[in-house]
Amino acid sequence: MALSQNEIQRVAHLARIKIDDAILPRLQQQLDSILDMIDALSKINTDGVAPMAHAQPLALPLREDRVIEPDRRDHYQQGAPAVQDGLYLVPKVIE
Amino acid sequence: MKDFAFATVAELSAALAARQCSALELTDAALAKIAAAQPTLNAFVSVDPDGARAAAKAADAARAKGEGGALTGIPIAQKDLFMTEGLRTTCSSKMLANFVAPYDAHIVTALKQAGTVLIGKTAMDEFAMGSSTETSFFGIVHNPWQPEAVPGGSSGGSAVAVAAGLVPAATGSDTGGSIRQPASFCGITGIKPTYGICSRYGMVAFASSLDQAGPMARSAEDCALLLTAMAGHDVRDATSLPHPKEDYSRELAQPAAAKPLEGVRIGLPDAFFGDGIDAPVLAAVEAALVELRALGAATVPVSLPNIDYSVPTYYVLAPAEASSNLSRFDGVRYGHRAAQYTDLFDMYQKTRAEGFGDEVKRRILVGTYVLSHGYYDAYYLKAQKVRRLIADDYQAAFAQCDVILGPTVPTTAPSLGAQMQDPIQMYLNDIFTIGANLAGLPAMSVPCGFTPNGLPIGMQLQGPYFSEARLLNIAHRFQQATDWHRRTPKETRHA
Repeated sequence: MALSQNEIQRVAHLARIKIDDAILPRLQQQLDSILDMIDALSKINTDGVAPMAHAQPLALPLREDRVIEPDRRDHYQQGAPAVQDGLYLVPKVIE
Repeated sequence: MKDFAFATVAELSAALAARQCSALELTDAALAKIAAAQPTLNAFVSVDPDGARAAAKAADAARAKGEGGALTGIPIAQKDLFMTEGLRTTCSSKMLANFVAPYDAHIVTALKQAGTVLIGKTAMDEFAMGSSTETSFFGIVHNPWQPEAVPGGSSGGSAVAVAAGLVPAATGSDTGGSIRQPASFCGITGIKPTYGICSRYGMVAFASSLDQAGPMARSAEDCALLLTAMAGHDVRDATSLPHPKEDYSRELAQPAAAKPLEGVRIGLPDAFFGDGIDAPVLAAVEAALVELRALGAATVPVSLPNIDYSVPTYYVLAPAEASSNLSRFDGVRYGHRAAQYTDLFDMYQKTRAEGFGDEVKRRILVGTYVLSHGYYDAYYLKAQKVRRLIADDYQAAFAQCDVILGPTVPTTAPSLGAQMQDPIQMYLNDIFTIGANLAGLPAMSVPCGFTPNGLPIGMQLQGPYFSEARLLNIAHRFQQATDWHRRTPKETRHA
């Protein structure tokens, strides 16, 4: 399964990673070799096999519906790139 | 103070109890050794002298009052993906180069409560993605046995810190072999417990259904002491198992018998002894089998027919989970943000292009692709089904044996740079370790020999769910009869 350079840019767009055109040929080669390796899976018969999502068959645990965490907003926001009045600042998205 | 370089945790614990040394002396010695070794080995990303000395003084005070336990006053290092409040947690990434966590990971808290002294944070492959610790933003890490060889990865800094005698023990995380493979390459002992035994709370996520924390140390006895402190149910991690607290050292204290492994059936999968294994590795593992049989163990052939598919399965599932987990690094709430951007989308894509290294980007792209519309069934769902087949193979094998044994890695540590141009070759070297992650089984690496060039060789023990105490006991009996785990690198022995 070969990926075209356009497809790589589409995936990079979905992943929100800017990829310079200059590195595309090398990246294409590397991704192709990874996908080639992965394609080995198509050779196995998995008819009737239930997918295994997790190492242990766990149900999500429930807990009592009450507040257990204290408000530590200021502490958590100390590492944020841009904060004002307790809110994270990002470029304007609404005109 | 006597020179305690290369002493085990158990030995240091006895020395502390006998007042032959203080925790502060051990801490100062560790800090001095780290400072001396850092230019050549680069095992640490951050060191915390003030915090470590304060913790050491508290440990000495506790011991003076007759309080504390086996680990009180023992200096340790944490892999730099476990969050430590007030001490930066980088994941060896530019993305988190200046990130200071607002809370401690569960295992960090647990080891602090057990009285250990946190010395610093060790280097790793960026976000734990790699097998050589060459993708760290803070520079490559060198193998103390041979500086031109890689230490393995992703927990390479922890393996080096222990192997070089800088600290007696460290933590690691293991998603596809990241505790066991560097332990093998650096000649130390490391265990990845059953998935869900150690809480993942505060451990920066790579592939959540596979990630598991564990100890790395000089002996199985030490790993048992650390794991006993690290393990335990934690409601803050929904995948933490409600498994009763265990003393993983419990079988070790039993008196040594002539044949301590009498009745133990060791399964040998043909796939772990096939083509592609370096001759010295195969010879060392076979010599270890002779030793284990002399200790009373029996060996039986077993089969893991789908194990060859574990690498492709892993390289669908792990990148898929990583692409989802690492979407949180967007330059908004923490970590790096690009300096120049035109709008929100541009901020995301430039922040992530600048903050992540090449290997992390490759895996995010692969993960995004296999989860994308039209490919989900062919890749992700298919891989989840093969994962079930591999896990079922293990269950069938454990009907015939108590533990499975083989080499940890088909090779010893490659030269620096050798694998960076060919990621596939690096991926394929994880062939023996990945199965335990996919199935969620406990597995450990134990030193069992050296190549003619002096590079360490490790053997791997894998067991059924919750068989940690048994794995550690088998390794301990082997280590009572051998001295591979007590060898030390020449470069540091005379330093």
